[in-house]
Amino acid sequence: MTPELGFAATVAALVLAVYGSGAAALSGMRRRDDLRRSAERAAVGVFLLVTGCMLLLVWAFLTFDFSVRYVAFNTSLGTPFYYRITALWGALEGSIILWTFMLSVYTLIVIARYRRTQPQLYPWVLAVMLGLSAFFLLVMTVPAPPFQRLSPVPADGRGLNPLLEDSGMITHPVALYLGFTGFTVPFAFAMAALIVGRTGEEWITITRRWTIVAWYFLSLGLLIGGWWSYHVLGWGGYWAWDPVENAAFMPWLTGTAFLHSVMIQERRRMLKLWNLTLIILTFSLTLFGTFLTRSGIIGSVHAFSQGSVGQFFLAFLALVVLGAFSLLAWRLDRLKGQGELDSILSRESAFLLNNLFLVAAAFTVFFGTVFPLLSEAVKGTKVSVGAPFFNLVNIPIFLTLIFLMGVGPLIAWRRASAENLRRNFLKPVVIGVAAAAVCRLLGVGNALVLLCLGLVAFVAATIVMDFARAVRARRRTGDGWLDATWGLALRQNRRYGGFVVHLGILVLAVGVAGSQAWSTQTEVTLARGESAQIAGYTLRFDGLHGEEESNHAKVVGTFAVSDARGPYTVLTPAKKFYPQEQTPIAAVDYRLGFLEDLYLVLGEFARDGSHATIKVQVNRMVSWLWMGGLVLTLGAALAILPEPRRKPAPARAGQPATA
Amino acid sequence: MRPAGLLLAVALALGLLAPPPAGAQPAAPASPAPGVAPTTAPGAPPAGAKVPVSEETVHEVAAQLRCVVCQSLSVADSPSEIAHQMKDIIRERLAAGESPEQVRAYFVEKYGTWILLAPPREGFNLLVWVVPFVGLGLGLVLIFVVLRRWSRRPTAPPGVDRIDPAMRARIRREMAEDEG
Amino acid sequence: MTGPSRLLRWLIPLTVVPVLALLAYGFRTDPREIPSPLVGKPASPFTLTAFDGTSLSLEALRGRVVVLNFWASWCYPACYEEAPSLERAWKAYKDRGVMMVGVNYQDKEEPARRFLSQFGHSFPNAPDQGSRVSVDYGVYGVPETYFIDRKGRVRFKQVGPVSDELLREQIERLLAEAA
Repeated sequence: MTPELGFAATVAALVLAVYGSGAAALSGMRRRDDLRRSAERAAVGVFLLVTGCMLLLVWAFLTFDFSVRYVAFNTSLGTPFYYRITALWGALEGSIILWTFMLSVYTLIVIARYRRTQPQLYPWVLAVMLGLSAFFLLVMTVPAPPFQRLSPVPADGRGLNPLLEDSGMITHPVALYLGFTGFTVPFAFAMAALIVGRTGEEWITITRRWTIVAWYFLSLGLLIGGWWSYHVLGWGGYWAWDPVENAAFMPWLTGTAFLHSVMIQERRRMLKLWNLTLIILTFSLTLFGTFLTRSGIIGSVHAFSQGSVGQFFLAFLALVVLGAFSLLAWRLDRLKGQGELDSILSRESAFLLNNLFLVAAAFTVFFGTVFPLLSEAVKGTKVSVGAPFFNLVNIPIFLTLIFLMGVGPLIAWRRASAENLRRNFLKPVVIGVAAAAVCRLLGVGNALVLLCLGLVAFVAATIVMDFARAVRARRRTGDGWLDATWGLALRQNRRYGGFVVHLGILVLAVGVAGSQAWSTQTEVTLARGESAQIAGYTLRFDGLHGEEESNHAKVVGTFAVSDARGPYTVLTPAKKFYPQEQTPIAAVDYRLGFLEDLYLVLGEFARDGSHATIKVQVNRMVSWLWMGGLVLTLGAALAILPEPRRKPAPARAGQPATA
Repeated sequence: MRPAGLLLAVALALGLLAPPPAGAQPAAPASPAPGVAPTTAPGAPPAGAKVPVSEETVHEVAAQLRCVVCQSLSVADSPSEIAHQMKDIIRERLAAGESPEQVRAYFVEKYGTWILLAPPREGFNLLVWVVPFVGLGLGLVLIFVVLRRWSRRPTAPPGVDRIDPAMRARIRREMAEDEG
Repeated sequence: MTGPSRLLRWLIPLTVVPVLALLAYGFRTDPREIPSPLVGKPASPFTLTAFDGTSLSLEALRGRVVVLNFWASWCYPACYEEAPSLERAWKAYKDRGVMMVGVNYQDKEEPARRFLSQFGHSFPNAPDQGSRVSVDYGVYGVPETYFIDRKGRVRFKQVGPVSDELLREQIERLLAEAA
């Protein structure tokens, strides 16, 4: 019953989406309100049907309905309750449902917000979003249907991939998809703007908050992915330049570039063509990412490919990219820039450099990810491209970007005078160099780390000094402390939200630099009662014991850890044995700290518990990555706050608003 | 642009000269050919004096090799058993007097170039190393050209027709608020 | 619409076509299929101790066709699929100058012995301590099978399970050659 019901709902939703997209497009062409309303109703219908599908699937998971193939392949009788729900997006078919669901929710929000306020653009936005939903529904119907009947019904399911039984699993795909689908709305508005011919700043102003929210969730998804990799996979790292990691990183890079360059278009009305290109690229890269995960053309630890899904996605990607760029080419004459500069040294050029380096990083990642294919196509040899390449090329790029983060916000528009440069940058540069010197004296030897820390200090100084200067100015005009600081941040929330985000990135950068340069590890075999020393910690192996969980058995090792001050903690790394897995899964145990984490992986052990091999890592500064993410969250939240209502003041009419 | 350009040049130079924090030192590889790596019995590298081996060197070599079971992880990073054993093999070969390049070449001889985490810098593979920097350079040139073009355009007097619709609507809205 | 503008318009969408073509090409390749550089080269010598205690050495097998099969008890379902084929081929060719050697990859002794008794393998199988032999043969995973000719050169590598037909084809081909 359930598989048939679900499949019917999917087909119905597909039909509605196709109809709705056509109706919306037609209503845009002919200005017909009845068609528009009909399309809106279709969108509501799609939302209801897709939600129904999701709920039906969750119900099937909760009731162990193994007649549904997806349920049987991704859970078992022993899978814990909460993982049975999150198994919804644990594999290919479910992830498509999640994507479609988010798309339908965003469509409803678009309808609610813009049906009255944007009469010209809105029908086309609706058409594009319903058209995209239709594609994903098509994938749900033909190559990857979640509602396939399994017959005969097995007594037990295969179970969830053990690596996915983790809190990161619950949140990472959701955050990532919110980011990916979030970029659909600016893209749809961009297409609408091209179709209608209103290629000015309008579509950018409207979608500003969407872009920030989508960017934020993408950042969050990437960070959670790093956290998951760190505490589950047992290698103590958070980023491996795996093809699918890269696939999510590329839209983040171009999305960040887009975030910045739209500011130029808003202020100076330049770069129209470039901004449209960027959003098309960003959206296409999100599709490319899902294509890569599902096509199996590049091997990856993430890939969960199956059947002909890959071809569907490639065809879709081709359609979107060719269509969007053709629209762009068609409207080329309306995209002439109108700005001019007085000097090459200006904020515009800083932003352009920012864009260049971000896009260069995205291109590098793309080229490196795709190069194995190219090599095979041209030379017939199989090569692989991994961390050494990506690190070598991207590190200079990221360092330059950090530098630009300090320069961009403070350098003047149009032309930066010598006075402007001195006032804003002299002290921060001195602080940066001094910081690097201090670190050198403290024993930091690695040149790249020194450069990074110096740049971080430089940028932090520019941010703090700018804020301090603005607060001082407000105090001079009579504002109290609270109003001067808090009030300032709220009034100019875009600017200071951006600053806080930059601060978050700085914290992250310090975390990355520190963890790469200062972490240490060792591997040691201990007999019961024996101790080992690493980096100031003493570890004593206290024995093994076995435990039974609902869907796996595990062997747990107990290690008492003490440092110079006395007993520190007890760590219990384990090896989990799942019946459906060929090799045991390591369960890492760790103790997080502000400056360093202690990280233990259990290796080989003797059956009788007489000795065990462990890999011990002291990972330094990794917590700074997560802290940076927190700061990022605050900054993004600040940036999307609604503009504060202006207090009406006498004789102020006609003055343009600030920032 | 000049300070930015200078620092960019410094950063690029550092990035190219200094080893990346990941620890992989891309060295010029010996092309895999039979007879370069000793094909005596496995696990018994050429008989000779034992050379003291630093774990760092083992780690360095291991960081350039791809773990065959993990995908995208280096042998140095991978927690798997086979990676462990490959590290033992690396250690043994280094102790027997082989240079890191020779150990690398041994693995390439057995597994093919795919075992390397980054393609050797020769022939067609040079492309992947060169193209990003060339692209960056071209981009810089392009930006320079665009900026010069912008800074040469005559400044038009600001006029009412220069305000775009969004700004105009906003001004109207705020004027209405001020009055209301 | 001026001249260059027209050309530019067409160029913009067309620039992505090569990338799409490359991605489409990706469907014809399998990222897991990595060609072995050992084909055509002399096979690496090895010395192993079989599960039954006998010693196995490649040198001693010179002059015979050698089928070297890498397997593991956890390698499901592929190793389980090919095991009967291997035993059948062994029985058919053992008196015709063919030697079959199984190498146990990344495994534990108990489950390995259980695997062997389940399929009743009568050809020698040995555990690969420290994976030295596996690394020496560039084994990426299991099952993988190498066909070594009478002169001791690797002539073919099969990634994935072997079938009866493949075994017969390769063995006959190599048997036909002179030592």
